[in-house]
Amino acid sequence: MTQALLREIIDYANRANPYPLYEELRKTPVSHDGDGPYVVSTYYEIHSLLHDPRISSDAKNLKATGDDLLGEQSDEEGTTLPPSFLKLDPPDHDRLRRMTNRPFGPPHAPRRVHDMRDELGTLVSGLIDGIVETGQLDRIDLVDQFAYPFPVSVICRLLGIPREDEPRFHVWAEALAASLDPDPDADPTKRGQGAMDARMELGMYLAGLIEERRKKPGDDMLSQLATADGPDGAMTTMEALSTSALLLIAGHETTVNLITNGMLTLLRHPEVLQRLRNDPDLAIPIVEELLRYEPPVQLLPQRTTLSDIEVAGVTIPKGASVWLMLASGNRDPKRFENPDRFDPDREDIQHLGLGSGIHSCFGAPLARQEAQLALSELARRLENPRLLEDPPPYRQNSVLRGPRHLPIACDGIRP
Amino acid sequence: MTSTGTHDGSLEQLKREGRIVVVGASLAGLRAAETMREKGFAGSLTMIGDEPYEPYDRPPLSKQVLLGNAVADHTALPRRRAIDADWRLGVPATGLDMAARRVELGNGDAVEYDRLLIATGVRARPWPNAEEGALKGVFVLRTRDDGEGLQRALAAGPRRVLVIGAGFTGSEIASACRERGLDVTVAERGDAPLVGALGGVIGAVAAEMNRENGVDLRTGVMVTSLEGDPSGRVRAAHFSDGSTVEADVVVVSLGAQRNTEWLSGSGLGAGPRGIACDAGCRAFDVRGIVTDDIYVAGDVARSPHALFGYQFLSLEHWGNAVAQADTAAHNMLSVSADRRPHLWVPAFWSSQFGVNIKSVGVPPMGTEILITQGSLAERRFAAAYGYQGRLIAAVTFDNCRWLPFYEQQIEATAPFPPPFSTVDRRPEGTKPMPADFPDPSVPTHGPTITLSGYSPADRKMTFTPGR
Repeated sequence: MTQALLREIIDYANRANPYPLYEELRKTPVSHDGDGPYVVSTYYEIHSLLHDPRISSDAKNLKATGDDLLGEQSDEEGTTLPPSFLKLDPPDHDRLRRMTNRPFGPPHAPRRVHDMRDELGTLVSGLIDGIVETGQLDRIDLVDQFAYPFPVSVICRLLGIPREDEPRFHVWAEALAASLDPDPDADPTKRGQGAMDARMELGMYLAGLIEERRKKPGDDMLSQLATADGPDGAMTTMEALSTSALLLIAGHETTVNLITNGMLTLLRHPEVLQRLRNDPDLAIPIVEELLRYEPPVQLLPQRTTLSDIEVAGVTIPKGASVWLMLASGNRDPKRFENPDRFDPDREDIQHLGLGSGIHSCFGAPLARQEAQLALSELARRLENPRLLEDPPPYRQNSVLRGPRHLPIACDGIRP
Repeated sequence: MTSTGTHDGSLEQLKREGRIVVVGASLAGLRAAETMREKGFAGSLTMIGDEPYEPYDRPPLSKQVLLGNAVADHTALPRRRAIDADWRLGVPATGLDMAARRVELGNGDAVEYDRLLIATGVRARPWPNAEEGALKGVFVLRTRDDGEGLQRALAAGPRRVLVIGAGFTGSEIASACRERGLDVTVAERGDAPLVGALGGVIGAVAAEMNRENGVDLRTGVMVTSLEGDPSGRVRAAHFSDGSTVEADVVVVSLGAQRNTEWLSGSGLGAGPRGIACDAGCRAFDVRGIVTDDIYVAGDVARSPHALFGYQFLSLEHWGNAVAQADTAAHNMLSVSADRRPHLWVPAFWSSQFGVNIKSVGVPPMGTEILITQGSLAERRFAAAYGYQGRLIAAVTFDNCRWLPFYEQQIEATAPFPPPFSTVDRRPEGTKPMPADFPDPSVPTHGPTITLSGYSPADRKMTFTPGR
């Protein structure tokens, strides 16, 4: 039953609207059958597991199971990169995350994200001006022409990746993001090989860059990761490599999807789009509600129990694989009134869109700022925008879910 | 007229045209007033406060304000909504006539009520010698004026600051002084800072934290007297071990006293340990009978908590003030069947020497402690407190994201020591040790009750408030 439902969720045919399947899933807060994962789909249960120290993010603690929906588990083994802090537990996770945070956020760098605002504004304006220059307003692909290049440029600027190398990153990032997708029909060997190659090439490229920055540091994050020597000491080259690869990948697909899901939702709710046009500050609550309503990360498929844990009357045994269905928890009617309604005026919106607990989204402040700026500028500049396909074609990925293309048209673009 | 009809009718009437008086215009009073309006109370609302200011937030006073990063008069509490109240600020309440349902004010006025909420909170315990306490340069820290005065004194660059008492407030003050580059001595009667709140095991970590940050920490000593110069300014303090410390700023941080004196003789169950109330925030009178028109919330309240053996807890916690105010306001406007108990799990936070400290549950109830995650030596850990085989509290140093888990375990009366493995469990986290709280001193200054009379009809109780 669970397996069947999970397969349906992963099935590409249901990508455009998985929410009725989540609703079905929530009838059993913790569901499990056969050798599959324990799937947790209700808000409070997910939230408490995200704060539960008996849950590990380290795949080493996973008991090997026969029928593995993810196709492969040890996608990082055998490559040159050690696991990033996303896949580590404390104390290693805490140390690496802390060291990464030093150049990125408070208390040591409280202004890093804020100070990027002007640069983000310039990037957004440039991309929208680029759409004007094509002269084709009757068919704009908002993904290729805006939502994808924007965060990619931002993460490259943040890390200090030379602009001319950006295109190579797209290829690597796409291959790596694809490897996170539990697609049962894809050829796991082939996909694993692709991801491994991409990771290898990316690693070698970053290693070269880190070596350069050690000799001649700038004020970009890569320099700071490469040369930092705070209370936690310095990062090894391997740690700096896996951390910067993580920032790069996590900074890629997620924000693209947040912006694209956001525009899609706004075009489906023209009255909200109109309000945003008149009041750019509305972007703040709109983005929060989007993170609840259409979260870019739909589920976390890589947690493991260190002990037997009782959740909602079900005992999850030690060493089991646990999937936390964030997007389903976000639509749990026990937590949110009218959960299937997109309502930017919603109060008390503590969603799971950015996770919670020690692994909560590292890049959240940047992602929020990017999405707020992108959506309010698109709302302001596009005249009479409309969807050309609803639903639009989606990416294969069921974990990092979002449209592959978002074809829209508009009557003009304001200066 | 049926009794239900009467009850509902009178409640409707109360909501429509009743008179509610809130004594105490701080966090709890304000939040309660907001909740009452949210619940549709349309009658008259009077807010009485002895300070001349509208409700303000206190946590910044011992943190950002002392560092000079925030200004004391900019800490006004944000309003959730308009409350349309008659504000009586700068006037203390001086008496309560329970029979006439009337609050007397310091300016001779009186205000009548149908429902009364008491949220008068606590004040800083002053230096016991009034003359010494009045020396220039001697401070306590509780109010906005205190915060502003102390901030100015610190900004003037004193040669040394002496903090008397190493509880949370004292430790935060010492931390702020060090951050400003000031020399600071901390005098603590116990064996370590924070020992009363968190026990000796954690106290030892706090002591190390103080010393590593350059605090001259003296434990196991008392300050016996403060000495002034001829101009009436403090210049030195004498210690019980015979030593003397020269300081030109002294901060007396000896805990708090509950603001209940104005209720003496009123017949309400109020004393130095607070105002006793039931779990629904209804105050007890001195006979132990619950009132139905007088409610209590915030630091001044003492209420039984089902989760902690129905112990009467009085909590000086920000979160408690908000939650209890909400419950009190709800119950004041509800029929008995709709009333809610105040079941907030105690929680507080502190920030000192760059470390974020958070706690849930009631640590001083704990007899044992176990470092469940992280390590004391790294000053980054989660520790669980055990009481008779169950988990009763937890504290984290720079590890607060795990705290909700421990709160849930406490709520579920989970066993102690915890029978499960966790991430980041170190060798030191395998065996519980004594939590090492100081022997409970003998609080003999409580109120007394004497009984007189023989037959049940003329049996009388006399209440004598504590010292």
